[in-house]
Amino acid sequence: MLDFYFSLPLIVRLIIQGLAVIAVLFPLGAACSMAERKVAAWAQDRPGPNRARPWGLGRIPIIGPILGRFGIFNLMADGGKLLFKEDIVPGHVNKFYFVIAPIVAMTPALSTIAFVPFGAYLDGAGRVLPVMLADVDIGILGVFALASLGVYSLILAGWASNSKYPFLGAIRASAQLISYELSMTLAVVPVLLWINAPGTPGTLSLVRVVEFQSQSGFWGGAWFVFVMPLSAFIFLVALFAETNRQPFDMPESEADLVGGFHTEYGSYKWSLFFVAEYGHMIVGSALFILLFCGGWNPLPWLPLSTFVGWLAPLGAWTAHPLFVGILSICIFLGKVIFSIFFFMWVRWTLPRFRYDQVMRIGWQRLLPLSIANLIIYTIAIALLN
Amino acid sequence: MPALLFYIFCTITIASAIGVVSNKNAVASALSFFVCLCGISVLFVMLDAYLLAFLLILVYAGAVVALFLFIIMLLDMQGGDRPPFKKMTIASSAIAGALLVAGVVVFLARGQFSTESIALAQAPSFFTDLKMYGVKLFTSYMLPVQLVGFLLLISMLGVIVISKKHEEKQESGGKGARS
Repeated sequence: MLDFYFSLPLIVRLIIQGLAVIAVLFPLGAACSMAERKVAAWAQDRPGPNRARPWGLGRIPIIGPILGRFGIFNLMADGGKLLFKEDIVPGHVNKFYFVIAPIVAMTPALSTIAFVPFGAYLDGAGRVLPVMLADVDIGILGVFALASLGVYSLILAGWASNSKYPFLGAIRASAQLISYELSMTLAVVPVLLWINAPGTPGTLSLVRVVEFQSQSGFWGGAWFVFVMPLSAFIFLVALFAETNRQPFDMPESEADLVGGFHTEYGSYKWSLFFVAEYGHMIVGSALFILLFCGGWNPLPWLPLSTFVGWLAPLGAWTAHPLFVGILSICIFLGKVIFSIFFFMWVRWTLPRFRYDQVMRIGWQRLLPLSIANLIIYTIAIALLN
Repeated sequence: MPALLFYIFCTITIASAIGVVSNKNAVASALSFFVCLCGISVLFVMLDAYLLAFLLILVYAGAVVALFLFIIMLLDMQGGDRPPFKKMTIASSAIAGALLVAGVVVFLARGQFSTESIALAQAPSFFTDLKMYGVKLFTSYMLPVQLVGFLLLISMLGVIVISKKHEEKQESGGKGARS
C-alpha cells in the first residue's frame, strides 16, 4: 500500500495529500456549526438539537441514540437541506461577483492549512519531522498572507448584494478585519525574535517554533504562553476579531444590523461562508496552539519524544512513524478542538462590543499595547543574548 | 511544465493588468489589480523568491487593494463608473507603452539584462535565506530603506494634516470635540 503510494508521481501525491487535508478540514468546519449549537445549548442549560433519528440508523443499539443525542443526524440533515435547497440568485444583485464571493471565501480558508504543521513523527535517529503540506521557510508569513485575503469575500458579498444594509455590514466587517490584522502580526514578532537567536539560520517556520518549545530544561520546555503571556493575549483577542467571533461579531450583529452575506445569500452559498468562517477559526486556533501552546507536545515540559519514550515498554510498534504521527495529530487536533470550544464558550460569556468600541479597542488599546510589548521583548531578548 | 505554468500566469498577469485600466467600473478595476498582484506573486514563487511573493500578497493584495476597495465603496456606492478615456490619453499611453517595450528590447539586445549575466546560483540563496535578506536590507541597502521610510513619514504627516483640518471644521459647527 505504502510502496504503491510512493511509486506515484510527485504531483499526483501532492494532489492526494491536499485533497486529504481538505477532506478533513471541510467536514470539520461543517461539524463546528453543530458543535456551536450544542455548546450554546449546554451554556444555556437546554438539550439542544437531539431529535433527528433516521429510521435505520437510530435503531442501532447504544451508538444510534448517542449519535442522535449529539445531533450528528441533525448535522447531516442540515447539510443535505443546504445542498439540495433551491439556489436563488436575487434579481437585483451583481451576478458575477455574487457567485464568486463564496468561492473567494472558501479558497483562503482552505489553503492556509498548507503552511500549518499538524503533527510530527520521529525518524530512526530520533529527530522530530513535521507532518504538513508545504514545509517552507516562511510558514507563518504564508498563513498571514493567505488569511488576509479572506476580507475580500466579505467586501464582495456585501457589495454584490446591491442593497443598503448588506453593504454597511460589509464595510464594518472589512474595517474590523484590517484594524486587527496589525496587532495580530505585531504580537507574533516577539516569538519569532526569540526563536531566531544569533548564530541560527533565520526562519519563520512554525515547525521551528514548536521545536523551540520542546527542548529540555525549564526555559526550553516552557510553552510561549508562559514566557510571553501578553503576546498570547493580544494574539487571541486579535484572532477573535479576525475570525468575526463574538465579542467582535460585527459582520453579523444580527440584533442591530442586517449583515453582509446574511441578507441576500441562501442555501449552499450561504453555508460556504459559514464553513469558511469555521475554517478560519480552525486554522487560527491551530496557529495559536503552534505559537503559544506547544503544538503537538502533550503537556508543558513534556515533549512528544519523551512521551513516546514512556510508551516504549508497551512494544516496538509505539516507535513506528505511523503510530507516532497519528498520536501527534490526535494531540494537536484535541488542542485545536478545545480551542474552538473556548471560542464558543466566550461567545456565550461576553456581550458584544459596540462598533465604536471595537474600533477604539483595536486602534487605541490593542495596537499601542502590542507595540509596547514588541519593544519590551526586543530589549529583553537583546539583553539575554 | 514550469514553462507552461510561466506562460499561463504571465497571460493572467498581463490580461488583468490591462483589465485594471480598461475596466469602466472602479471596483472591477481594483479586483483586476488584485488578480494581477496574485499573478506576479506566482511568478515570484516560480523564481524561488517565496519571501517577496508572500510579502506582495500580504501587503498589497491583503491590505492595499482592500483599502482601495474600501475607499471606492465609501465614496460611491455604485462603484463609480468612470468616463471613457480621451483620445489624447489613449495616444500618449500607447506611446509610453511602446517606449517601455522598446527600452526592454534594447536592454535584452545589448545583453545587459540577459539571464546569463546574473549568476543564477547566487540569486536564490539571497532571496530564500531570510536572515541574509534582513542583513542586506540593513547594510547594503540602508539608504533606500531610509528614503522609503522618509517618504512614508511624509505621507503620514500629510494624512494627519488633512484629517486635522476636517476635524476643526466639525468643531466650529458643533460642540467642541477633542482633537
